[in-house]
Amino acid sequence: MSDLNERVQEITVNMGPSHPAMHGTIRLLITLVGEKVVRCDTQIGYLHRAFEKMSEANKWQAIFPYTDRLNYVSPLMNNVGYAQAVEKLIGIDIPERTKYIRVLLCELSRIADHLTCIAAASMELGAFTVFLYCMEGRDLIWDRIEELTGARVTPAYIRIGGLARDLPEGFLDRTLSILPRIEKVIGDVDALLTENPIFIERMRGTGVISQADAIEIGFTGPCLRSTGIKHDLRKKSPYLVYDRLEFDIPVGSNGDNYDRYMVRMEEMRQSIRIIRQVVRDMPGGKISIDNTMYILPPKEVVYNTIEGVVNHFKLIIDGIQVPAGEVYDATEAANGELGFYLVSDGGGKPVKCRVRSPSFALMQGLEKMVVGGSLADIIPTFGSINMIGGECDR
Amino acid sequence: MTISEDEVKKVRERFESDIISSYQDKDMVVFILKKEALLRFVQFIKEDPDIKMEQVTDITAVDWYQKRDVRFEVVYHFYSYTKNHRIRVKVPVEEQDPKVPSITGLFSGANWFERECWDMYGIVFVNHPDLRRILLYPEFVGHPLRKDYPIDKRQPLVKLIKPEERRERP
Repeated sequence: MSDLNERVQEITVNMGPSHPAMHGTIRLLITLVGEKVVRCDTQIGYLHRAFEKMSEANKWQAIFPYTDRLNYVSPLMNNVGYAQAVEKLIGIDIPERTKYIRVLLCELSRIADHLTCIAAASMELGAFTVFLYCMEGRDLIWDRIEELTGARVTPAYIRIGGLARDLPEGFLDRTLSILPRIEKVIGDVDALLTENPIFIERMRGTGVISQADAIEIGFTGPCLRSTGIKHDLRKKSPYLVYDRLEFDIPVGSNGDNYDRYMVRMEEMRQSIRIIRQVVRDMPGGKISIDNTMYILPPKEVVYNTIEGVVNHFKLIIDGIQVPAGEVYDATEAANGELGFYLVSDGGGKPVKCRVRSPSFALMQGLEKMVVGGSLADIIPTFGSINMIGGECDR
Repeated sequence: MTISEDEVKKVRERFESDIISSYQDKDMVVFILKKEALLRFVQFIKEDPDIKMEQVTDITAVDWYQKRDVRFEVVYHFYSYTKNHRIRVKVPVEEQDPKVPSITGLFSGANWFERECWDMYGIVFVNHPDLRRILLYPEFVGHPLRKDYPIDKRQPLVKLIKPEERRERP
C-alpha cells in the first residue's frame, strides 16, 4: 500500500484571463493541494490602457472622458473625483446647486455599482434571478443618467468648476419616482439571499481578512468596513455637502464575504436616504462658476462678441491654465478611496495625473483572502471584492 | 486632516540632517527626504504614537525630465486611521542610479505600488521581494511613463512561447 501523502502533490491551475467568473479580465495562477489553495499569484494588467500617459498628453478639461472609463459602472464618481482634485489645485469654490447635483449623481452611481457587484457575485453562485432583479434596478438608474447626460456609461458630464448642463425639467421628480422601485429590488434581493442557507454557506466564513491586514494592505470602502472599521471619507473628511446630510456608515464584524454583501446592501439603503435629502434641499441658482478662465463662456457671448470667441478659442487650444503645484484629493467611490494625485507646472496639460484606484489595492489582498480556502471559495471572494478592470489596470 | 505643528517640529528635529525641505502644501504637510533616510523615517512615522501612519495609500513617481537637475521624485502618501491625517513624503532619485529602498518590510501594502512604479518609471526598489512588471508584460521594452518614452512608440512582437516553456516562466 502506498503512502497517502505521496499521492498529494501540488498542481497549478490557471484561472482567467478569460474565465466566466473572472469578469474584468484578470489571471490567477493558483497552486492547489487537492482542493486547497496554497498559493495564488494575481496577475493584473489585461485592461491597461495607459490612462496616465494619455492624461499627460491631453489638456486638463479633456481628461473627463478618460476618467469615465476607469470605473465604468459608476463613471460619474470618477468625474467628480477628478474635477474636485483640479478645483482644489486651482482653488475654485463651486456653487451650492452644483454640489448638491454632484452628491445626487454620486449616490445614484453608488447604488448602481453595489447592485452590479451583488448581481455578479450572486449570479456566479447560481442565483440568476437576483442578477436579473439587480439589472432592472441598475437600468432604472442608468435611464435617469442617460436622460441627464445623453450616455449610459460614458457621461463625461462634470466640468472643472461646474457641470455640462442643468437638470432637465422634472428630473428630480422622476428620480424620486424610481426610488421605491429600487427599494423593492433591494427588498427582493434581501428576501432571496440574506437568509438563504445555500448563499450563507458559500459566503459566511469565506474570503476572510483581518482588520490589521486590511489596513496594512490598503483596503478601503466596503471591504474595509466589513472588517469592522467605521471609516468613510464622506464622514471623516467631508467633501461637497456630505457634512449636512444624515446617513449612517454600516460596518461588519468578520471581514468575510457575507459581511461585505451586508455592508453593500445597507449602503444602498443609506444612499437612497441621502438622495431623498438632496432632492428635498436642492437649492436653485447657477450650476457653474462665472470665471471664464476655467469654464467655457456662454454661447451667446461666443457667437456675438470677439472677446467671447477669443476666450473660447484660448480655452480649447491652450487648455485651462492650472497654477503650478501638486495636490492629492480623495473621494469615497463605490469601492473605496479614489484618489487623484495631480502635478501641474502651470501649463495646460498635467505633468502627472495619477489615479489611486481602490480596486488595485483590493486585488493585492486577494491572495491573503483565498489562501487556505478551497478553490470554489475564490468565486464568491472575487465577486464580493467587486474588482473593476478599468479601475484596477487603468 | 493634516498633522499638527508640534508633530512637524518633532519630525524636523529628529531628522534634521535628512530632510531636504518640508512645507505645508494645499492639502497636507510635505517632507522631501534624502533616500538614505527613507526607511528610518517611514519606521518613525509608523511607530510614533502621535503620528501613527497605518496605511501607505499610494506610491508613485514624477518624471521631471529636462526640467530639474534630479530627474525623478518618488512620492509616498501615508494615512493614519486613528488620527485621520495624511502626509506626503517625496524622495528625489537620480537618473544614473534610480534606486530607492523598498518599504515593503514596514508596509506590506507597498508591494504592488512599488511594482507599478518599477514597471512605469524603471525605479528599482532595493530589497523588494518580487519586483516584476505588474501592468505590462515581461517582454515589454522600456518604461512608458518616462517623459522620453514617445506616446506613439510601438513595441516589438512577442515571440510565440510553446506551452512547455510557458510553465517555466515566473
